[in-house]
Amino acid sequence: MKYLGLIWSNLKRKKLRTVLTVLSIFVAFVLFGYMAALRMAFSQGVELAGLDRLVVRHKVSIIQLLPEAYEERMERIEGVEDATFATWFGGTYQDPRNFFAKMPVKPEEFLAMFPEYVLTDEERAAWGETRTGAVVGRALADRFGWQIGDRIPIEPDIWRLKDGEGAWEFDIVGIYEGAEKNTDTTQMFFRHDYFHESRRYGTGSVGWYWVQIAEPERAAEIAQLVDEEFANSPAETKTEPEGAFAQGFANQAGNVGAIITAILAAVFFTILLVAGNTMAQAVRERTEELGTLKALGFTHRGVSMLVLGESLLITLLGGLLGLGLAWFLISKGDPSGGMLPFFYFSPKDRLLGVVVALLLGVIAGTWPAWQAQRLRIADAMRR
Amino acid sequence: MSSDNGALVQVRGVDKVFKRGSEKIHVLGGLDLTVPQSEFLALMGPSGSGKSTLLNLIGGLDRPTKGTVEVGGQRIDGLSERKLAAWRARHVGLVFQFYNLLPVLNAARNVELPLLLTRLSKKERRKHVDTALSVVGLTDRSRHYPRQLSGGEQQRVGIARALVTDPTLLLCDEPTGDLDRKSSDGVLDLLDTLNRVQGKTIVMVTHDPHAAARATRTLYLDKGQLTTEPVA
Ligand SMILES: Nc1ncnc2c1ncn2[C@@H]1O[C@H](COP(=O)(O)OP(=O)(O)OP(=O)(O)O)[C@@H](O)[C@H]1O
Ligand SMILES: [Mg+2]
Repeated sequence: MKYLGLIWSNLKRKKLRTVLTVLSIFVAFVLFGYMAALRMAFSQGVELAGLDRLVVRHKVSIIQLLPEAYEERMERIEGVEDATFATWFGGTYQDPRNFFAKMPVKPEEFLAMFPEYVLTDEERAAWGETRTGAVVGRALADRFGWQIGDRIPIEPDIWRLKDGEGAWEFDIVGIYEGAEKNTDTTQMFFRHDYFHESRRYGTGSVGWYWVQIAEPERAAEIAQLVDEEFANSPAETKTEPEGAFAQGFANQAGNVGAIITAILAAVFFTILLVAGNTMAQAVRERTEELGTLKALGFTHRGVSMLVLGESLLITLLGGLLGLGLAWFLISKGDPSGGMLPFFYFSPKDRLLGVVVALLLGVIAGTWPAWQAQRLRIADAMRR
Repeated sequence: MSSDNGALVQVRGVDKVFKRGSEKIHVLGGLDLTVPQSEFLALMGPSGSGKSTLLNLIGGLDRPTKGTVEVGGQRIDGLSERKLAAWRARHVGLVFQFYNLLPVLNAARNVELPLLLTRLSKKERRKHVDTALSVVGLTDRSRHYPRQLSGGEQQRVGIARALVTDPTLLLCDEPTGDLDRKSSDGVLDLLDTLNRVQGKTIVMVTHDPHAAARATRTLYLDKGQLTTEPVA
């Protein structure tokens, strides 16, 4: 590419203008990265939900508890493979900003129903042997620098200890990996039996159930069977597919996605004007030089390619730097400090970013390139 | 590149008409010109008489409205834009009144420009550039940018750029028009040497009788025609 040097030299002509243009493109692409990650964070909840799992909660609200005894009754319902429960623990680790989900579960059943949380055999065994044992997701462990063997104190807000006012203490016995890229690894799970024996009140009640079904296409029917089972009892239930549970969230996510797309469109339109203007100016102030190049034997096409190349170089420079920084920052975690577990810059979005940068360069450069192309030597070189 | 009778450039019955809106400007009318190989021809004439226009036709920068232009035995008036561009790059060296160097490139890279259109390797290009710069006596200024050079030096860079592809025909449009006497003389000495030592054919447009005196022949352009005597 012997012409690259020539194009590059032209960029250095008005350094400030080039820097400002590249900078605005750069900022736009950092924004693009963040928006893409944000959209991912909002849409993943749905894709992630298992189709073969139902969520059973109290009919009135998610914060009302259900009897622990429902498990056996659910498992007797036709079409239900297994049922297991969890409870929202709340609590604070060191600082209220250190938010993450913590739930007591029954390890064996829980891990069987959620194969996407991957533990080694040793970790599973250790969890079985340690009453205060907890497993944490990889992202969560990385966030706080936790390792197996660490003891984690959690200040309670809902669930006080039976004896004393102090913090609950959990021993990390395993760090689970996600089977999929979008598996949530920001949560902490600990043993229900420890929870059951140590809490001051609420004995015999749990937060919600997960129900595993064999035939996902019968989800609606089985959900109804479950709710009928507990109809007219003190604790009536509301059962939904895990996907539907996420769906309400998803509808909002759809709106968020549309807003993000609109913002990005506006940003890129502005950037297009900025880059287009820079290139138009570059050609206008260089009319005579372009004429000289043609006089020296450069073809119309050759000269217009130089202009297009310059436009591409500007947008790729700004675009790739911006995407690179976005990628780097996003990989360091989400800006809310853990509330958006699926905040990441997917390869698809990165590729999209590069394509957008290319397109931007081509579109911004087309008109100026055409201007350069149709420049006639005799006219261009007359002063 | 010379045709049988030793003429490098043959312009026959050339008309050039510019259209400006509905108005037609007849600049050249039935013009004939023969430039023999290795001649140093000076073109003079009042401003607006069409000297640059004629030079552009010979150099393949523009096409005649009527008539033929033959250089080195090849008709160039009918070539396509692409072919003409390639032909210019190979056969013509252009020198301009205002040097027309690219301000963003240093002397060596300005001189290199026409070579980008060839198949030469970077190393070969470098060698040609060094040679051309040494011919014009600017070897030690090769890394300087145009704004760091005097007018005379810039014009010598311009001449090096015109020479670097080793063209047979050198077309200079008022090469000393923007220079003081001393720099002027330097440039004219250079053209003179190129003509006599290397046998370059040179067509030079000038307003300066002092410059024209260095040429082997002077022609005057007036009312679209060439004459051997200045029109009073
Ligand atoms: N591209 C063009 N479009 C329209 N008119 C032109 C064009 N080029 C030249 N002309 C006209 O043709 C005439 C001759 O112009 P040209 O530049 O050849 O003159 P010149 O003899 O070189 O003058 P000078 O000594 O001032 O350089 C002028 O009237 C000019 O306005
Ligand atoms: Mg002129």
